[in-house]
Amino acid sequence: MDLLLGAVVLGVLLGCFYAAVSVGLSVSFGLLDVPHVAHPAFLVLASYGVYQLNESYDIDPLLAGLAITPLFFLFGLLAYRVYYETFERRGSDAAVRGIAFFFGIAFIIEVLIILQFGVDQRSVSATYIGKSWRFGEFRIPIRQLVAFAVALALTVLLAVYLSKTFMGRAIRAVAQDEEALRLMGANPVRIKQFAFGIATAVLGIAGALLIIVAPVEPTLDRAYIGRTFCVVVMAGLGSISGTLIAAIILGVAESIVLTLFGASWAPAISFAMLLGVLAVRPQGLLGR
Amino acid sequence: MNKRSHSIAFWAAVAVFLVAVLSMTQIVRNEYPFFAGYVILQFIALAVAWSILGGYAGYVNFGTNAFFGVGVYTAVALFKATGAPLVVQIAAAAVVGMTLGFGVGLLTLRMRGIFFSIATIALAIIIETFVMNWRFVGGAAGIQIQRPPVMAPFDSYVKMLFFVQAVLVVIAIAIARYVQNSRIGRGLQALRDDELAAECTGVPTLKLKLIACMISGALISAAGAPAAMYLQYADPSSAFNLSYSVSALAMALIGGTAHWIGPVLGAILLGSTQQLLAVTISSEVNVLVLGIMLVLFVVGAPKGIIGLLRPRYRLRAGGKQ
Repeated sequence: MDLLLGAVVLGVLLGCFYAAVSVGLSVSFGLLDVPHVAHPAFLVLASYGVYQLNESYDIDPLLAGLAITPLFFLFGLLAYRVYYETFERRGSDAAVRGIAFFFGIAFIIEVLIILQFGVDQRSVSATYIGKSWRFGEFRIPIRQLVAFAVALALTVLLAVYLSKTFMGRAIRAVAQDEEALRLMGANPVRIKQFAFGIATAVLGIAGALLIIVAPVEPTLDRAYIGRTFCVVVMAGLGSISGTLIAAIILGVAESIVLTLFGASWAPAISFAMLLGVLAVRPQGLLGR
Repeated sequence: MNKRSHSIAFWAAVAVFLVAVLSMTQIVRNEYPFFAGYVILQFIALAVAWSILGGYAGYVNFGTNAFFGVGVYTAVALFKATGAPLVVQIAAAAVVGMTLGFGVGLLTLRMRGIFFSIATIALAIIIETFVMNWRFVGGAAGIQIQRPPVMAPFDSYVKMLFFVQAVLVVIAIAIARYVQNSRIGRGLQALRDDELAAECTGVPTLKLKLIACMISGALISAAGAPAAMYLQYADPSSAFNLSYSVSALAMALIGGTAHWIGPVLGAILLGSTQQLLAVTISSEVNVLVLGIMLVLFVVGAPKGIIGLLRPRYRLRAGGKQ
């Protein structure tokens, strides 16, 4: 029983972390309808950026994540521009080629990381990594707690930004009715490009969390395709509060299966849940 | 009449190709060309098989590796259990691949666009996880395979596999060509352009997609079946490697999916480039080249190589091949 309780607690912590890595996709795919399969590849790329800064200048991983955020914002602006000019504007079979485009980008990122850093696992050093807190029977690694706190803050911050600020509301509006926005004199493409930039910028911090929680390797993005899309689809496309709930469900499910059946089944859980959601309730928990 | 003369030309080319392959196995002494050639032939089979669903119907399948790995492991399990000969292994792999295609189709073909693509990755990872936990075929550690003695006209196993894969390529191309010219192909192209409109005008879209998924799955699994014999080894992470999915998809899209010749051209071009690069540089650079080519073509030449060559002859005259 204690074992299971411990699994649930760790699962909730893990779940908030999953929310942070998925929340960008919730904007780019959920709100903007971009088939962004490369989202997890950008995430892993951010982790390696954090690793590099931590390794060469001994910067705290979270600060390093913050430092690369502007760079990722520019990345996002550029990626959306290319996507818009080549696929969205031309219409017709844009979806098919758009998916192939992002799939190709993901692979290019993976290989570039391998060529630069090799295939070995990489990790960062910080004062809070390696220690853990005791709560009676079970122990909680402090790195998990740090990731949990930052992830929760990040997700809530983005939710507030999208619902309270002018630009956030504009992004929601463009997701709902692009034509109406155009008629009101706004430029929907500019807004979408900015939103995509935000969605990618968030990955700077999320990437730092990824490498704080566990060591990373170049092909880690493949496991996160399942996790991020599972969360975003289960949440209901574009719902930020749903993202948090769905991510916690996934985290707890993974943590429990890990405790009961062992690590060899872990990679399949998020994908199995994703298939289940797609088959049973494709509109997600809080679907629009 | 024109159609019939096309057909005659096609089968004549097939006969010439098979005779050339067979005599090559008898004349050439050095084994290396067969090692390299086998891989290129395997890519042609995969790219052609992928395009039956991915190209004609526009459903971007990321799960080529699932079907490929299932082919590999059907052959391994069958060989380990009964010592069945290669032909039986391939036939069994095709049947299992077709069954899997049916199942995958039922589960996922109602999903559109990215949902379908992600679902196919999901299936690949779920199947791989099962194989990793399956002790009989070696689990995650993999399994060593002893080749049985070679059959008559061939003096080495690799040459025989080269010929077998050439036959599989011919079968794949013949089926893709048949599908393209039949009602199935026209129906698939109609639903690719506008699924709702096709459905409304009476095209049985789900049935056609299921057929395409089954054919594609059977061919990919069949192409994977000899892989364990080729490598004399099978392990889940290489049999289910996502790079099979990228390769099949990239080669088909780069070649062009409007006609069966596109994937063949794409696979020959990229497959042989990759063989050269693998020898001269490294296998990582291979995937990099593949990825960059895929992105460049998808952005710059949406109809692939055949799109560059066929309808606009001035492009060809401009020397842009």
